[in-house]
Amino acid sequence: MAVNARTLNETEFFYGHKACAGCGGSLAVRIALKVLGENAFAVLPAGCMSAVGFNFPQLCFGNNAIISTFAGTASMLTGVQAGLRAQGITDFHAVGFAGDGGTADIGLQALSGAIDRNDDILYICYDNEAYMNTGIQKSSLTPFGAKTTTTPAGKNIHGNLRPKKNLFEIIAAHGIPYAATASVGYLNDFMRKVEKAKQIKGTKYIHILAPCPTGWGIPTDETIDIAKEVVDCGLWYLAEYENGSFTLNHQPKEFSSVEAYLRKQSRFRHLTDEDIQIIQSSRDAKWEFIHKNFK
Amino acid sequence: MAKQFLSGNEAFAYGIRLARPQVISAYPITPQTIVVEKLSEFVEDGSLKAEFIHVESEHSALSCAMGASSVGARAFTATSSQGLLYMAEGLPYAAGGRFPIVMMNANRSTALPWNIYGDQRDSVSQLDSGWIQAYAENAQEALDIALMSFYIAEHEKVSTPFMANLDGFVLTHTYEVVDVPTREQADQFLPPFQTQNKMSPDNPKNLAFSAGPDTNTIFKYKEHLGILNAKDVIAEAEEKFETIFGRHYTGLTESYRTEDADYILMTLGSIAGLVREVVDRLRNDGKKVGLLRLRYLRPFPNEEIVKAVKNAKALAVLEKDISFGNAGTVYTNVSAALQRAGISVSNSNYIGGLGGKNISFEEIENIFNNLTQQRSTVQFLGIGGEDSGG
Repeated sequence: MAVNARTLNETEFFYGHKACAGCGGSLAVRIALKVLGENAFAVLPAGCMSAVGFNFPQLCFGNNAIISTFAGTASMLTGVQAGLRAQGITDFHAVGFAGDGGTADIGLQALSGAIDRNDDILYICYDNEAYMNTGIQKSSLTPFGAKTTTTPAGKNIHGNLRPKKNLFEIIAAHGIPYAATASVGYLNDFMRKVEKAKQIKGTKYIHILAPCPTGWGIPTDETIDIAKEVVDCGLWYLAEYENGSFTLNHQPKEFSSVEAYLRKQSRFRHLTDEDIQIIQSSRDAKWEFIHKNFK
Repeated sequence: MAKQFLSGNEAFAYGIRLARPQVISAYPITPQTIVVEKLSEFVEDGSLKAEFIHVESEHSALSCAMGASSVGARAFTATSSQGLLYMAEGLPYAAGGRFPIVMMNANRSTALPWNIYGDQRDSVSQLDSGWIQAYAENAQEALDIALMSFYIAEHEKVSTPFMANLDGFVLTHTYEVVDVPTREQADQFLPPFQTQNKMSPDNPKNLAFSAGPDTNTIFKYKEHLGILNAKDVIAEAEEKFETIFGRHYTGLTESYRTEDADYILMTLGSIAGLVREVVDRLRNDGKKVGLLRLRYLRPFPNEEIVKAVKNAKALAVLEKDISFGNAGTVYTNVSAALQRAGISVSNSNYIGGLGGKNISFEEIENIFNNLTQQRSTVQFLGIGGEDSGG
């Protein structure tokens, strides 16, 4: 039976935490744990979700959960699954929840090592496109043009100069058993992917775009809308990598306006028409690549 | 028991096999490599049933060991020098999480300049990280510490990670005849790892959490008590060890001819063997000298040191490390022990063996002879470097 809003586990595993209103990351964690169930062993590095969920004596996970070092999400997951297996425990899901900085920057080495060993873990990157917990600093998943507290937008430099690192394909290049992209704007798609990953042995990776109203400069009740729109305008895409090939899960009939998506967010408010043209061109190049290489 | 001709690394690996770790995370670094190579062979030949994880860095080695320990598995890793420093973030993390991981550290110099040979600056720099620190003198003691380390670390009163230090090359790579206990004896000594401090399917927990200003000190105080409790547990472990294996150990320190000694040299690790020879030679000449070997630096043997030196005329600390801008760290700790006990004994500090430099019989003899001059200095052996400490 497919997991959807009707069939989803009613038990809450992540609640009573102090995440900001409209937090996309906490929604991704909450939903993933509902799909994985009570046998999830969650590892979260230093970052937003550990900062909001593990404040003794208010501990917010109903399942087993632990904070890892910032760089150590994947390696601690490795230890958890090895330690359980060594004791003959097999009915568990070792799952990591790390942000974009914890995944694409400081945690990338450990993640690459875990994939190389094909450890039996599910690694979920909740991507809010900057180091939000420390106050909105640039990560390698911050998109081109975004204003952060370390990429200020001024007369000389218009925010972040570099494009978002292509982490999904970097992960896939390891030959990982399963990798997928997702967005909190398309939760059914995300739930289906977590459910699928749950059945697969070996290393699984899901990269879910999870807007941060605080860092993006959007109203707190627009998280889901903007997470839909980023997919609809083609700046993010829903795809899977399995058995050596890529599959596109969702093809917008016609892209919505990139400019409208950007202009809604204060982090992009400074962009010139020329900047937006650059972003649109890189979107088009990406989709040309997707149509050529994805099923 | 069976006698075997083993290097320090191999002896340690044999001890670890007897302790039956369930997860081993390994990353190679000279001069530690042989211990993890040997363990991988034991896993391959079926004589050790363990998850052997080829991690991609030392940081991940310790992170993996913490993950395993957090679900109640017995975990082992090994490192040295740069590797220990690369995993340094994980050291207070493991100690604060009360994860009783055992790690072997092959003592090696730290860059720069690059140097692969033995000194103790790597582990001594991590004394404040909350780990028990033991220093073996020979291959037999290395094996025995490997087996005892889990007993001590995992004891419910301790629940603290354990770093077993072996001098790089001098101990890790030299061969001795070693008594290897039988598996039956080892199982009689060391029970399986049991803890409440774990995540388990039937009793979910949130571990490694944040504790703010109101509660933080309580956690740190308990951590401090845990490592202090290790002193009694070490004594308990050694008593049980002697009953089963017949070998006698003496807790945090080992005294050699200190009872009536006027002049005492304190040191740690493999150099103690040579110091013992010098003591015997000088005793033959009628000089009242002795050796106090520090077997553990954490918990620190404050009482044992005071007891050994309270009637002495002078003492020296010989160590393979230097805290730049001050003195040898062991010496600083010894000085504090004497101060706290209100004892005033003339003392000196000798820094030697850095980057594997040999320490000679004559140099140790000179340390004893210089003690009669009763100066308090920090001196670098072999280069005549000296400072008054003032």
